Amino acid sequence: MRAAAQAAPPDGPAPAIRARGVRKVFSAGARQVVALDGIDLDVAAGELVCLLGPSGCGKSTLLNAIAGFSLPTAGELSALGRPVTAPGPERAMVFQEYALFPWMTVERNVAFGLELAGAPPARRREVVDGLLAKLGLAEFRDRFPKDLSGGMRQRVAIARVLAIDPPMLLMDEPFGALDALTRRTLQDELLRLWGETGKTIVFVTHGIEESIYLADRVVVMTYRPGTVKRVVPIGLPRPRDPASPEFNALKREVSALVMEEQARHQADEAHATAD
Amino acid sequence: MGKAAGLLRSLLVPVTLLLLWEGVARAGWVTPLILPSPTRVALRWWAYLTPAEPYHPAAGAWLAWAVSGELLHDALTSLTRIAVGFGIGAGLALPLGLVMGARPIAYQLFNPLLQLLRPIPPIAYIPLAILWFGLGNPPAYFLISLGAFFPVLMNTIAGVRAVDAIYLRAARNLGAGEWTLFWRVMIPAAMPYILTGVRVGIGVAFIVVIVAEMIAVNAGLGYRILEAREYFWSDKVIAGMITIGLCGLGIDLVMSRLNGWLLRWHRGVEG
Repeated sequence: MRAAAQAAPPDGPAPAIRARGVRKVFSAGARQVVALDGIDLDVAAGELVCLLGPSGCGKSTLLNAIAGFSLPTAGELSALGRPVTAPGPERAMVFQEYALFPWMTVERNVAFGLELAGAPPARRREVVDGLLAKLGLAEFRDRFPKDLSGGMRQRVAIARVLAIDPPMLLMDEPFGALDALTRRTLQDELLRLWGETGKTIVFVTHGIEESIYLADRVVVMTYRPGTVKRVVPIGLPRPRDPASPEFNALKREVSALVMEEQARHQADEAHATAD
Repeated sequence: MGKAAGLLRSLLVPVTLLLLWEGVARAGWVTPLILPSPTRVALRWWAYLTPAEPYHPAAGAWLAWAVSGELLHDALTSLTRIAVGFGIGAGLALPLGLVMGARPIAYQLFNPLLQLLRPIPPIAYIPLAILWFGLGNPPAYFLISLGAFFPVLMNTIAGVRAVDAIYLRAARNLGAGEWTLFWRVMIPAAMPYILTGVRVGIGVAFIVVIVAEMIAVNAGLGYRILEAREYFWSDKVIAGMITIGLCGLGIDLVMSRLNGWLLRWHRGVEG
């Protein structure tokens, strides 16, 4: 299987992400938790896919597997035509906690990936200037992350990964810690950047509305073990209106699926507390 | 108005104590040998600070004359010893601490020995230091570096271990190799801890230098106050102690500034 995936031409119709029978088991002492099981999923190049589900459904585990931070126990997982074996800048990650380097200014944070890639200073400056302007960060370039609001920090984190121009963005509940208005602003900015750059985006969220607002397809996952419960294509034209009847119909459909899993999650928690 | 009142309040206790001390000394309740008056101490301090000989243009440059006082020479000698000893101690502790913090194998190898050695105060090494290094500067350097070594080491280990894994993930994800992770992520992230260790280490070095100078050398602030005691110059003993206090305060101010600048990115640190 592995050899076949490697042999596939990288520029052919191969999907940006291809998962077959992906399984991930965490063991804590004698206890084993099956976080992911039998995940089959293809993400096309340039597609924006949301992984949706209650906490404990393994959506972040799947994202971390694609990022190469924590490899699957079994199954086949390849990204951009190659099996995932380690983290790499072509699969750039945006974290919920921003993960900006607090000892670097905004400018240095954004330039860091380019520096590692060995880009000459003039080129770095050009890219950084462009991104800071594009994300409304120009006047904050010499600030340290501690002096920025949550929304600004996440903008910097997005600029930091866009600087290395990866074909794929992996986003782990990136807007989860932001207030509702800032979240909507950043969602719109993300859609704009995605429209301009055509990157493949895998976006993990537990926000039902957020997933329908953003995604081409919403992958609803089951609670423990994490499997693909249903893939819901979102055919609505953008910009999407969360108040429209079509949007709300989808919301009802997706919500019903997620709430089934949430109920299992709740039952499990009650069981754990009873122990 | 508020500022003047604040200044007045902060001066109230020291000034009262000084006046009380002066009064006690003038009244002749204690002999000057036991407790000289503050004015005598101040005069002695001034004499200690200023050149012993009046200025002769023939003898050389004015500046060399102006700084030829005994106090300046002693202070400079002590501070140099601190700098050399601390440099050696911290210079060994920092790389060892970084490796021990980052690599569990290194930690397992070195930790038992270090835990055994750490509680031994540097002062307890004095006999060995003289045996091994004789008299003069080398035993002093040895003792000071020992005193500086452990605070820097322990804090560096703790600092590296406390580095949030998410920074390492983010850096790896952006394409950082092991070397870059070490220099660009681990060291800056551990810097708040490392600087705390440096500050404690300098404090210990300062204590040890005074003790070391009391045993094996013939210059420096520690040597000078012991020498003054031999002659029953209690005013000079106190003048020397005040000088030690001023040097310590100076070092702490410089370190605090340096700290504030190096950690200007850090939450809760005011420049």
